[in-house]
Amino acid sequence: MSKNILVKAIDVTKNYGHFCALDKVSLEVTRGEVCCIIGPSGSGKSTLLRCINLLERMDGGGIWVNDELVGYRREGDNLYQISDVEISRQRRRIGMVFQRFNLFPHMTALENVIEGPVHVLGEQVKDAEERGRTLLERVGLAEKANHYPSELSGGQQQRVAIARAMGMRPNLILFDEPTSALDPELVSEVLDVMKDLAASGMTMIVVTHELGFARNVANTVAFMEAGKMVEFGLASEVLSAPKSARTAEFIKAVHS
Amino acid sequence: MTTATTALPIAVDQQYEIAHLKLVPKRHVGRMIAATVVLALLAALVRAFSVGQIEWSYVSQFLFSPAILAGLYNTLVMTVAAMTLGIVLGVVIAIMRISGNPVLSSIAIGYVWVFRGAPALLQLMLWFNLALIFPTMGIPGLFEFRTVDIMTPFVAAVLGLGISQGAYTSEVVRSGLLSVDSGQYEAARTIGMTQMKMLRRIVLPQAMRVMVPPIGNEVIGMVKLTSLASVIQYSEILHNAQIIYFANTRVLELLLVASFWYLFVVSLLSVGQHYIERYFGRGSKSIRSAV
Repeated sequence: MSKNILVKAIDVTKNYGHFCALDKVSLEVTRGEVCCIIGPSGSGKSTLLRCINLLERMDGGGIWVNDELVGYRREGDNLYQISDVEISRQRRRIGMVFQRFNLFPHMTALENVIEGPVHVLGEQVKDAEERGRTLLERVGLAEKANHYPSELSGGQQQRVAIARAMGMRPNLILFDEPTSALDPELVSEVLDVMKDLAASGMTMIVVTHELGFARNVANTVAFMEAGKMVEFGLASEVLSAPKSARTAEFIKAVHS
Repeated sequence: MTTATTALPIAVDQQYEIAHLKLVPKRHVGRMIAATVVLALLAALVRAFSVGQIEWSYVSQFLFSPAILAGLYNTLVMTVAAMTLGIVLGVVIAIMRISGNPVLSSIAIGYVWVFRGAPALLQLMLWFNLALIFPTMGIPGLFEFRTVDIMTPFVAAVLGLGISQGAYTSEVVRSGLLSVDSGQYEAARTIGMTQMKMLRRIVLPQAMRVMVPPIGNEVIGMVKLTSLASVIQYSEILHNAQIIYFANTRVLELLLVASFWYLFVVSLLSVGQHYIERYFGRGSKSIRSAV
């Protein structure tokens, strides 16, 4: 495997009963790049994302992050499921931002950001707070540090969620439709933060319906439908000159 | 439009001029009659007690007597001990109940079924009389003791009350855990938290908001439920009051003394509950606006 590949998914399969959510999906994300996954609802985009940090367990195939097999340990010809503690360790370096923010409502913005660093990574509260404030400043919310999530708008909550993900010093952040639950006028403030993050060299996988963001920021774009990877390639090629007729149709429908 | 309004001036007839009139509120005759009746009944009740054969001097004499205060202390100790056991068991059983392991969840369901199914008084007596079927207890070869030595009224009451309380509290805890959004579990996992840390730092603090009012209710219930321990000779307040009135035959006076202390403790707890609710409601809009 090339040294620059951070995420490599090979033939990932996931079934819910008889329903096939993911059918041999493969994906490759290079370090420092942004990969956008687009496609209609129910196409398996979010499921693929959730397999990468083990919120869902896949039924077949494998995912490597940083050359480490996710969720399993290989010994000879056997694959052993790793323990819950090991899974927690693997998740630490993979940040995630959810559609519905999922901030901890009983903690202030700053407490949300330092919760992982202090209680998972064991950092000193003072150091974590200092860094937490820097992160909140970076997402433009320095003055909201002591506010509870219920006192923030959707866009502000999502920016705190991004700061929380960054607090863990991840080498990959997964975004699961980060702007889909936002009022239209709040979408751009979140996308701007994501653009900054991409510019700083963070590796990102973004499930999104924002084709404008994909066009401007993504290095690669994956188009999925019905659990299959229909098309995967450079953003400019997939979005401007799609090989598959289905991709072209989808892009046209979203733009009109 | 403007021409239309000027063309049609509204005639201020005397009939429509009401600004100077006095507003007479509606009279609730039915309510006033009901209130009068209730007040009359209350007055009759107070009078009945004042002419009744109550020697109030006995009430004031025994209100702060050492035996009653010792009983009050034992009541409080029993409340704390039984409720602590109840909450610990409740949390453990609730977590077992929602675990994916069918053995654990079945045992949790069975526990709630058995200990919620039998009266607390009966359970208390079962524990107290355990020596009848198990004369000795222990691990063979390691240690052994006589059951009557260990199963004192205190231990039997803590076990009886605490274990049956655990069955109720586990349902409260479970509803609290279910009230926490699944997104919270996912967010906690994605920052690398282990199962236990997630429960302790993220899930339980949020579940507390839902759990505190019913648990407060249960603590208040437990204060009064400890009176059952008088049946197995535990020296709580009612038991001590009984011992006194067996000697001086002032039954009602001493029951009034005991009721005073129960009411006093329950009032204090209600105030405490208010502050605990406010603490766990932090970050929640509905609670904040109410405070």
